[in-house]
Amino acid sequence: MKDRITGSKALMRALQAEGVKTIFGYPGGAIMPVYDALFDYTRGEKKCFDHILVRHEQGAAHAAEGYARVSGEVGVALVTSGPGVTNTLTGIADAMMDSTPIVVIAGQVAISTLGTDAFQEVDLVGVAQPISKWSYQIRHAEDVAWAVSRAFYIARSGRPGPVVLDFPKNAQVEEIDWQPMKVNFVRSYVPYPKLDAEAVRQAAELINNAKKPLALVGQGVELGNAQSELVRFLEKAGIPAGRTMLGLSALPSNHPLNVGMLGMHGNYAVNLKEQECDVLIAIGMRFSDRVTGNLKTYAKQAKIIHLDIDRSEIDKNVKTDVAVVADCKESLPAITALINKNDHKAWRDSFRQLDEMERTKVIEPAIHPKEGPLLMGEVVNAVAEQSPDDTILVTDVGQNQLFATRYFKYHHKRSICTSGGLGTMGYGMPAAIGATFAAPNRTVCCFMGDGGFQMCIEELGTIMEQQAPVKMIVMNNHYLGNVRQWQDMFWLRRKSFTKMLNPNYELIAQGYGIPYAAVTDRKDLAAAVKKMLSTDGPFILECAILEDDNVLPMTPPGMDVDKMMLEV
Amino acid sequence: MEEKKQLYTLLVYSENVAGILNQITAVFTRRQVNIESLNVSASSIPGVHKYTITAWSNEDQIQKIVRQIEKKIDVVKANYFTDEQLFIRESGLYKLATPMVLDNPEISRTIRRFGASIIEVNPTYTIVMKHGITEDIISLFRALDTFGCVLQYTRSGRIAVTRGMVEQVSEFLEQRESDEF
Repeated sequence: MKDRITGSKALMRALQAEGVKTIFGYPGGAIMPVYDALFDYTRGEKKCFDHILVRHEQGAAHAAEGYARVSGEVGVALVTSGPGVTNTLTGIADAMMDSTPIVVIAGQVAISTLGTDAFQEVDLVGVAQPISKWSYQIRHAEDVAWAVSRAFYIARSGRPGPVVLDFPKNAQVEEIDWQPMKVNFVRSYVPYPKLDAEAVRQAAELINNAKKPLALVGQGVELGNAQSELVRFLEKAGIPAGRTMLGLSALPSNHPLNVGMLGMHGNYAVNLKEQECDVLIAIGMRFSDRVTGNLKTYAKQAKIIHLDIDRSEIDKNVKTDVAVVADCKESLPAITALINKNDHKAWRDSFRQLDEMERTKVIEPAIHPKEGPLLMGEVVNAVAEQSPDDTILVTDVGQNQLFATRYFKYHHKRSICTSGGLGTMGYGMPAAIGATFAAPNRTVCCFMGDGGFQMCIEELGTIMEQQAPVKMIVMNNHYLGNVRQWQDMFWLRRKSFTKMLNPNYELIAQGYGIPYAAVTDRKDLAAAVKKMLSTDGPFILECAILEDDNVLPMTPPGMDVDKMMLEV
Repeated sequence: MEEKKQLYTLLVYSENVAGILNQITAVFTRRQVNIESLNVSASSIPGVHKYTITAWSNEDQIQKIVRQIEKKIDVVKANYFTDEQLFIRESGLYKLATPMVLDNPEISRTIRRFGASIIEVNPTYTIVMKHGITEDIISLFRALDTFGCVLQYTRSGRIAVTRGMVEQVSEFLEQRESDEF
């Protein structure tokens, strides 16, 4: 007997076949047939999805990103055509920059009206192509099974990324005979390049001859689920390792070989040592300008080994001596097998004096200040001290992100959601919502500034409705703090439009029925954090922060990484 | 000092699906590199399209462009070449005023000297065609233009085949098909 169903119902079955559990979405005209099909799949006997109604489509995309980052599975956003899907573009671009697997499914006008400026029509495939891994228009219902399976395969395989499916209304309502389909091969797409034994041998030889090796660990290690392979590699040869912001939880903070965070506001020693090491081993990271500073002087003394799954990253910013193009889950053990045991003790000890300088000049004053208004560093530290070890850190963008990533502690893999590449303000709150659905048993702490908090503030509605247990820490300094810091440092203190008049956040919290506490005095901080962490469900903790605190240390943009400043 | 630029030819093979040309040209646009010429046609492999693209660039930049093109899901293979590595042809079409061609025998001599052919003649205009490399086609235009007889002139995009033995893309696809099973 034939199984006649609509394209919309086919979409439900295809999503089910891909193992989708949670959909973040917002209905609208051109996606109504799909929402009608979804009705049956989200309740009663046939229930197989949770649909989370966001308050703005940007929130759906970021929530899908947060979900994907924490779970390692593909995040799904479902929106309508036109403005519905253009609102997701920021999240799509963000996911592209940060290699996050999401699938955005959008309604579209019927193909008979495409190109006529029909109501809520936008050339989605055209606008999404440059910022997505793959964009496709499902023109007829019979393509649904193939397109959805291909979308998920492309989003999650190789270097993950966002996929956009444009679903015209005619295809949503057409009836077809259902035929399931599984795509796990695309001949023009090589997600897992074959490991080159000669490159592995050359990499091992460089490492074996190194006196001062330094590893740079990126998110690729988390995406490849190669955290333990990384530890075995580092431990065998005693190689100190810095982590990029997105790679922070790829190696636990307390691991003896961890030497901190790379980059503009990373740790002092590792930034200076990049200019002293003799072999630099980059693992699943892309030498972002925020990591390298001035490329003309960056690590020129070192031989560069680059392990990456994406060939187009090789030699893009930093010229490599040996490139190992493969999944690091495969390349790391292959190299580990060929390297000699070592401990590089003197080299590792040489980080200590610089660490001590940073601790005295920067870290202690930031996390244990004695007087004056509250500082972001001490708030982050207070939350880190009391949070369970498997807490997920979510940040917005700006000073809150830099302080949070610097002073939080990472014990568990896949513990950080932050917008690293695109630097998207407004990312934090919706991403944190996504994180709570990906890991309902883990604590989710979301640090935001007063600027970013207001940029997707409507998602408080989603948090209220879902009772999503997001612990929101609003570090309020009445400034767009990071831009203010740059104005003070590089623009003659001309604070052009960075001061903000803020609403009464307590009233806003009340409006949404979300528990709220404020801290203005440091003696109340620990108790307030305890209250936040011990309250079931969401919580807003507003901290009154010193207006003109600066994130340090800092390598000014475009400067040599060893010119990093410990003080202004 | 910027590295010296030279003309590179890219040979790109893709699946025959809508929107690939957009994705390929977007890689150039993002870096503000002009495409000098572009030709798209079916390749010798069923279902695979071939793009021949020329652009002025340096090796460092063209390598990044090629890798980012090849990264597109439906692009099968992308490579870059310099002129010595390729057999290259372009075509030029020249529409000339017939009365002037008849009045001045030097025009016909020029056409023969360049190895071009006359493919249509009527009382109003004469169509001349020339195949060759860019310089020859442009030279013929310049020569004809001195007689003031050119009504229209157009030059095609470049087409090229490699001087190497096998089409790399066929090997790649064979390898991929054996990977699948």
